[in-house]
Amino acid sequence: MPVSYENSRIVFDSIKAAGVRSISALPETWLGLLLQRAEDDPEMDLLQVAKEEEAIGIAAGAYFAGEPHILLMQNHGFLAAINGIVSLAQLYSIPLCMLIAMRGEPAEPYPWHKRGGAVTEPVLRALDIPFEHARDPRTVGTQIREAYLQSQASLSPVALLLTRDLMVD
Amino acid sequence: MERAQCIEMIYPELEDKLVVTIMGACAQELYDLGHRENFFYLQHAMGLASSIGLGLARTLPAERVVVLDGDGSALMNLGTFATLARYRPTNLIHIIFDNGSLLSTGGFDSHTTSGVTDLAAVAKAAGIEHVVSVDDPFSFGEAILEALERDDLTVIVAHVKAVGPDDYGMAFSLPENAERFRQYIEGRKRDRVTSALAESGAHPPTGDRRTATPTFPVVDKQQRSERSDPLPKSEPGRYR
Repeated sequence: MPVSYENSRIVFDSIKAAGVRSISALPETWLGLLLQRAEDDPEMDLLQVAKEEEAIGIAAGAYFAGEPHILLMQNHGFLAAINGIVSLAQLYSIPLCMLIAMRGEPAEPYPWHKRGGAVTEPVLRALDIPFEHARDPRTVGTQIREAYLQSQASLSPVALLLTRDLMVD
Repeated sequence: MERAQCIEMIYPELEDKLVVTIMGACAQELYDLGHRENFFYLQHAMGLASSIGLGLARTLPAERVVVLDGDGSALMNLGTFATLARYRPTNLIHIIFDNGSLLSTGGFDSHTTSGVTDLAAVAKAAGIEHVVSVDDPFSFGEAILEALERDDLTVIVAHVKAVGPDDYGMAFSLPENAERFRQYIEGRKRDRVTSALAESGAHPPTGDRRTATPTFPVVDKQQRSERSDPLPKSEPGRYR
């Protein structure tokens, strides 16, 4: 079950097409090829964090600086970043565009992802964070652009869940 | 040494810096000296002041960024020392006021009380080259001046008494603080472009907007692409 080379490229190109040149991320298997592209692209600035909550702070700094920025993380990293999302982004009306690798859905072979997979969507709803699933490489570009614009327009966190259908061949 | 005394000492220096402060006493003591539009007060999300500072410093190489942090907040985000060390924003000064206490939430001892945990040693071990630990006002002032001259990432751990102001309150909401801070930075960028244009002899577009050709010097992106990541590139196969 290799990570999709082609769809990783499409997601990366879509991030650039949305006008974003700055990414903060914590590496995760499904995001590996994507982050490799970001690292290799001289136009893209990639900041790798030690824990996902840091990325919420970095995103706030980039927003203040007027720099289009997105966050890449696994859903368990999203769970680890919740206080930053609530007590920085939501409290201060700061936009966050989060692309989240959605591990632990029913087709997930690894048992350690199951619990996080089960609670991610209920937690997003409880936090009042709008989200969509990205499953199709033909529409993911539009979804990324819309998620980014929605976060900017609403000054709020928005999540796009990158699913197994999209990220794994 | 008291934190309020330290903040008062550096207050004139903060006039043209982007300042991010943590919650509670630290925020209030800065505010009480006189709010400025370049001050952002992080009244919650403990630990993230340094991360906001990194985001600002990385994106705005032409600005100087000063983070006013505390021992309780720094302990909540120790990983950030490693992130700062890796990306080494040369325009960031990270000041940690260590009072050995979670003062704003009741004054419980923090892990740094009586030197159990040495935050300066933690920062140093995380790979930050310039780390200073001070416990008197003179040394603090000296450390700040050196940091300003150095033009490199500097962490200053200032040991202070666990005391804070008697009254708390600010004249604006939290989102308003965020929006005004953002607008301040936008204004600075605009001023910089305007003066760069004036210096270069270029002119902003005038007359017919459809035919005029503005010349904008590109500063930020250029400087950024010249940065080199000190760590070797990872390979796709290493991700698990």
